[in-house]
Amino acid sequence: MDILWPVFTMGALSLLFSLGLVFAYKKLKVYEDPKIEQISEFLPQANCGACGYAGCRAFAEAVVKGEAATSGCPVGGEEVTQYIADALGVTAEKVIKKIAWLHCRGTHEAAKNRGSYLGISTCHASHLIGGNKQCSFGCLHFGDCVRACPFDALYMGEEGLPVVKEDKCTACGKCVDACPRNLFELHPASQEIIVFCQSQDRGASSRKMCKNACIACGICSRACPEAIVIENNLAKILDYKKIEPDKIPEIEKCPTNSIGRIHKDKNEG
Amino acid sequence: MELVAIFVSAILINNFVLYYFLGICPFLGVSKKISSALSMGLAVTFVMTITAVVSWAINHWILIPHKLDYLQIVSFILVIASLVQLVEMFIRKMSPPLYQALGIYLPLITTNCSIMFLALLAALRNYSLAEAVAFGVGSGLGFTLAIILMAGIREQLDLADVPEPLKGAGIALIVAGIMALAFMGFIGMIK
Repeated sequence: MDILWPVFTMGALSLLFSLGLVFAYKKLKVYEDPKIEQISEFLPQANCGACGYAGCRAFAEAVVKGEAATSGCPVGGEEVTQYIADALGVTAEKVIKKIAWLHCRGTHEAAKNRGSYLGISTCHASHLIGGNKQCSFGCLHFGDCVRACPFDALYMGEEGLPVVKEDKCTACGKCVDACPRNLFELHPASQEIIVFCQSQDRGASSRKMCKNACIACGICSRACPEAIVIENNLAKILDYKKIEPDKIPEIEKCPTNSIGRIHKDKNEG
Repeated sequence: MELVAIFVSAILINNFVLYYFLGICPFLGVSKKISSALSMGLAVTFVMTITAVVSWAINHWILIPHKLDYLQIVSFILVIASLVQLVEMFIRKMSPPLYQALGIYLPLITTNCSIMFLALLAALRNYSLAEAVAFGVGSGLGFTLAIILMAGIREQLDLADVPEPLKGAGIALIVAGIMALAFMGFIGMIK
């Protein structure tokens, strides 16, 4: 019956320790809302920070506390918002799907170089010394945005401009932050027309620097005065919803192609 | 005198990390910041001290009288695992940021070989209770000392120009090796 001794000893010891732990657990229990875990697991886990919190888990904590909106995760979109709303028992806020678009058409061909740039090949480095392009507003072609994109939604096109893959873009805003010239902006997916230029130089000089620069001629704002204005030598869309579909051909008469439909541009390219 | 010798030798001469090279996982994992290294060191010290006491009690009162010393390893594992659970609950309750900072390394104290080694060595050397406590506290403080020194060096190391292939764990292991060499100098201290 010697075999029973170790069994008995170990059994008694285990029981003793587990009772100790049970007691300690009762005393030291930390209550955590199980919803935090539940929501956290459903989030994209990209930890991109687009929601404004330190990561997916921090966002889940905030949303359970009611500090963050259910639609706060731009990456997850409608599906995640609906899930969070269901988990918390509230109505989902409306999600407007957004996409980041580049506001520049200064391709290698269109925009002239300032000289030959031999420095570090990042946009930030180039921007520090004023940029490798004559235009001081346009794209620098080194693709800081492509490297910043955590979702592989950007690639460097053949013409030297980053191209957005619409289906992959989650509007996390990393490219918006990465671009030293602030050329990216998030637009609602339903917005058809955007301005493809940021140059605030006068029309004559910006045209010399880049074939596709906005020269502030005003054709677009005359076609749609309530939606488009000219400000600082640049066309600006005040409210894209006010652009009537039948005015679009009118807007597309733009002599430099610096305003127009996003998707038409894509088909051509 | 014997107690002092055991204590000092556990801290400086037979330092678990730098002499036996035990417990390297948390030593490298949590030595990026001095504050979290200190907490880790104290958590390990606590677990080591209590392990020394409890394992001594189990060994002398239960295992040896019943000739069950072959159960040492299993029962010590039981002691260590329960203690780490306890520490984990305690830290989670008292300091959530610390709990976050220690991360996976806190439950990993369970599988930290240095604590098992401590319990087994104390049993092998047939320490008395007082000696076992001195050995446990000393070893814990030795671990704390090593991990804090390491964290101090690594905080400076972040600013240094480390060759690309050595960055991270590579340079950390080299630093640990040099520190171990330095600690060898203590060997002449106690006969």
